Amino acid sequence: MSEPATTTIALNGFPTRVWRKGSGPPIGFLAGYGGLPRWVPFLDRLAETRTVIVPSLPGFPGGDRGHTVLDTHLDWVLAVRDLIDQAGLAGADLVGSSVGGSFAAEVAAIWPDRVSKLALIAPFGLFDEKDPATDPWAQKADDVAALMTHNPDVWRKLKEMPAGANSIEWPIEQTRAAEAAARIFWPLGNTRLARRLELIKAPTLILWGESDRIMPRGYAGAVAAAIEAGNRATTETRIIADAGHLAELDRPDEVAAAILGFMG
Amino acid sequence: MKFLWFHLMPYRELPDDFKDRHPSVWVDIHSSLFDPRRAHHMYNDFLDELEFAAECGYDAICCNEHHSNGYGLMPSPNLVAAALARRTTDTAICVLGNSLALYNPPTRVAEEFAMIDCISGGRLIAGFPVGTPMDTTFAYGTNPSQLRDRYHEAHDLVLRAWTEKETFAFNGRFNQQRYVNIWPRPIQQPHPPIWIPGAGSVETWRWAAEMDYVFCYLSYYGYKMAQNVMKGFWEEMARLGKDRNPYRAGFAQVVGVAESRQQAIDLYTGPAEYFYGRCLHVDARFAGPPGYVTEATQRAGIESQIRMAAQGRAASGPSTNASSATKMQSLARDMKGIVDNGYVIVGSPDEVVEQLRELASTLNVGQLMLLMQFGNMATDLTKYNTRLFAEKVMPKLKGLFSEWENRWWPQPMDPRQRATLPAFTPAAAE
Repeated sequence: MSEPATTTIALNGFPTRVWRKGSGPPIGFLAGYGGLPRWVPFLDRLAETRTVIVPSLPGFPGGDRGHTVLDTHLDWVLAVRDLIDQAGLAGADLVGSSVGGSFAAEVAAIWPDRVSKLALIAPFGLFDEKDPATDPWAQKADDVAALMTHNPDVWRKLKEMPAGANSIEWPIEQTRAAEAAARIFWPLGNTRLARRLELIKAPTLILWGESDRIMPRGYAGAVAAAIEAGNRATTETRIIADAGHLAELDRPDEVAAAILGFMG
Repeated sequence: MKFLWFHLMPYRELPDDFKDRHPSVWVDIHSSLFDPRRAHHMYNDFLDELEFAAECGYDAICCNEHHSNGYGLMPSPNLVAAALARRTTDTAICVLGNSLALYNPPTRVAEEFAMIDCISGGRLIAGFPVGTPMDTTFAYGTNPSQLRDRYHEAHDLVLRAWTEKETFAFNGRFNQQRYVNIWPRPIQQPHPPIWIPGAGSVETWRWAAEMDYVFCYLSYYGYKMAQNVMKGFWEEMARLGKDRNPYRAGFAQVVGVAESRQQAIDLYTGPAEYFYGRCLHVDARFAGPPGYVTEATQRAGIESQIRMAAQGRAASGPSTNASSATKMQSLARDMKGIVDNGYVIVGSPDEVVEQLRELASTLNVGQLMLLMQFGNMATDLTKYNTRLFAEKVMPKLKGLFSEWENRWWPQPMDPRQRATLPAFTPAAAE
């Protein structure tokens, strides 16, 4: 696993990290809850046949304090569109997981020309009172890992402080990622994304970890139905065995293979 | 020194096995534990107790705001303050306070506080807490990432609403109002004294100093545990070039006084164990929504932990992070732990005087808030505690800090110009 090339763009004035690796047609990835404090195997799988481009969301690791100037939903989606454009992803295939999945869906719905094909991994943005999503912010610190990944050690390893990291700033950066997610999705995760999904024109792959403990698996059907209600796009749904909310971390090979197969 | 008698209004009948069978006293405490008919008596007892404290000569009576909380039955402290304004005459009424970000629009706070100031003849102390995570982000659903910005903006709006003479438009980041023009307006000019309850956040200290407000440390864990926080506060005041006027600071202390130390322990063990065991039984899930603690305060907390670890000692007293409350709660398993750690000051009047002198000198606090009803303490014991303290403890401490001017105290109307209240029987005169 080699390191990606890192460039920095300015998003609303905040320095924002963009990772790039591989060759071939570009494919973008917007990370899930907690963000990416380090490169992960899933991205290597995508980079085997594609140029994978990973811009950091505002407030997520690599995204500085960009969330602090985003007060409304419109602020957020405009920031993510700008991020996608600046990262060179306009018109490319786009993958989003969890929090990032919600933004990928928003961009595909509101600016259909920005997204060629779309893959959503257990996106935020919906809430069903009869089958409520788990509150990711009202958790004891030790309980979070098992909520995010099927194998809690996968999340722990992602979040573990690397040797030589700044021991003060590292934990603050991880808390900031949770705060950035809270800033747009507090308190229920419901941004009424369901109302906009029908605008999506990109063929969409919906992926869900079989043991997702954050977003109920039943939401997969709701997302697919909402997209198809617009008669603008087709969807395909895949449930990933032995995977939790961040399925791409638990099962990088399976999730990447499903995505690459779908994108063609 | 000023003595403020502070009621939390705890539900007094949480079951004995509450801690074992229920995850939290706050946020998701079960409704089946609340009996409105019992609460009828509790509320009336609590109001009696506050009125009794006023009759006993305390400088102020205090109430505060909590939501979905088994130890604080005052979602609206302003209702309580309004009732007290009609049943007291000279005592200051300290509402500590209204969590500004929770009011939509925040001018509601400017209006209601102005009402209380008018009804009471200018006796209001206006408290502006950010509010706990449990109250603000979980019970009320306010975004933790925006809470402080919303709080500061609401503060600016309330202040302008109180002081500007002309109708104005407020074009805020979170609040926009075309016509701000509150009726009524406060008696106290330019506005009632503003007190800021908070904890160990340097930013809050700086802001309180800059605005010339009183900073109140409302700990439940006693003056011994508060040394670090108040030391930090006064060091920051020194850095900012502010004097050490003890009236810049308030501190809450749980107190139980009796004829002797043994009698005090006998009388107050039940209520104290109820308070620390059941009332402060808060699910750790609700302690730290991300964004509630600012990054500067997180940084200071982590740096201090690293410093402590390097010096080979554990942090004593609360640091600035919310989980410290969990640690302190673990020390309060029984009355011995509660007393040994100084959470509750108990003893004979002279012993209590001695400990409060130490509190005053070590914390340098002039506005002393006394929690003298705590846990499931019944009204008769509450009144006993309150009266004995007023008669035997207060006189010996009243002169403390008399060399300093208390610039943060209400300036009520001249009593001769105030309305005559309808007759009622003051409880202390019975």
